[in-house]
Amino acid sequence: MKVRLKVNGENKVFDVKADEYLLDTLRKNNYVSVRRGCDNTSCGVCTVLVDGAPVASCSYLACRTEGKEVTTVEGIPEEAAKIADCFGREGADQCGYCNPSMALTIYAMKKELVNPTDDDIRSYLVGNLCRCSGYQGQHRAIKAYLEVE
Amino acid sequence: MKINNYVKVSSVEEAYSILEGNSKAAIIAGGAWLRLTPTEVDEAVDLSGLGLDSIDVVDGFVEIGSMTTLRQVEKSDIVKALCNGIVCTAVEKIMGVTVRNIATIGGTISGKYGFSDLITPLMVLDTELEFYKRGRVSLVEFMDETAKSGDILLKVRIPMKEGRGWYETIKITAIDFPILNAAVTRIDGKTKIAVGSRPYKAVLAEMAMAYVDTCGKHDADCAERAAATAAAEIKFGSNSRGSAAYRKKLCEALVKRGLREVMS
Repeated sequence: MKVRLKVNGENKVFDVKADEYLLDTLRKNNYVSVRRGCDNTSCGVCTVLVDGAPVASCSYLACRTEGKEVTTVEGIPEEAAKIADCFGREGADQCGYCNPSMALTIYAMKKELVNPTDDDIRSYLVGNLCRCSGYQGQHRAIKAYLEVE
Repeated sequence: MKINNYVKVSSVEEAYSILEGNSKAAIIAGGAWLRLTPTEVDEAVDLSGLGLDSIDVVDGFVEIGSMTTLRQVEKSDIVKALCNGIVCTAVEKIMGVTVRNIATIGGTISGKYGFSDLITPLMVLDTELEFYKRGRVSLVEFMDETAKSGDILLKVRIPMKEGRGWYETIKITAIDFPILNAAVTRIDGKTKIAVGSRPYKAVLAEMAMAYVDTCGKHDADCAERAAATAAAEIKFGSNSRGSAAYRKKLCEALVKRGLREVMS
């Protein structure tokens, strides 16, 4: 079946199977910043924004994106660069596998939360796993990006 | 889940007609747990275009459309106002935001999932379900039924009553299913206790609830005896997250804590 949507602001038509997940559709169409991890909603590396809301693309049916706007990290270049800068300055970066999904989630958090507390930030990031960092550097970087104390 | 055909319906009637005419058709709700469902569906019926995703106050009830996402429920000021916000407290502990933006309240209830963090608090709020053909039925009655309903859940209705509520879930990690969860409310002088993720589906602790109502004084002793009654009357099982014996101990501790909270 055909599904018509916008990806990073561009109109697209993808041919998808009824039980195809958005992660597979995006990767086979060369949006490879969307990573495959656990494939069962536990790790967060497949996160994309659908109409601005972060979702686990490994468990979001591709046919559900008809008429919607999907954003990968390539769709937010300026904000991604700011987040990357904060990560670099706080020593929050190591292997980088989770960075695209982290950037999208942090960007969505900035849009959704007003003056988030440390607990708000931690709660919003539940389900975004990083095997390298221990999260402290990332937490400092996120606070710097969000410009909160 | 293997899906052979996907249909985004334009009316509830159309959805019902598909379900009635094909025993291998199914509603897919949010779809967050499709990967964990090892079945094959001829026609997956998508209700997302029917406007069943709003939260309103109607005639003294909070009405939540069945396709409302868990994230919408969690952020709703209307839902937060119910019994110390126990529904929101429960929902915000389900996986992460990326899952709660997909999973729906209707899918969670229809699945009668034993691991649900949402069904347990809804059971102590006298929640009703509104189905397309069947009309209204209590959540507790629905959870007791074993037959597949074949109907379409339209709304979840929670009476807007003043009261105190408490909810807690015990998990090994934030993104795991619970080892056990419990909810307690005190509304209009009546106490309700529900225990879920036993790992079986949530149930009311009927004997413990009756005991609390007969207690002359709602003090620590009453809470302790009621909690012991709840742990004795409820059946627990073992899985990789915890043994039946451990769950029984947890139940006693959680119910006691909840009762102290709502009776204070």
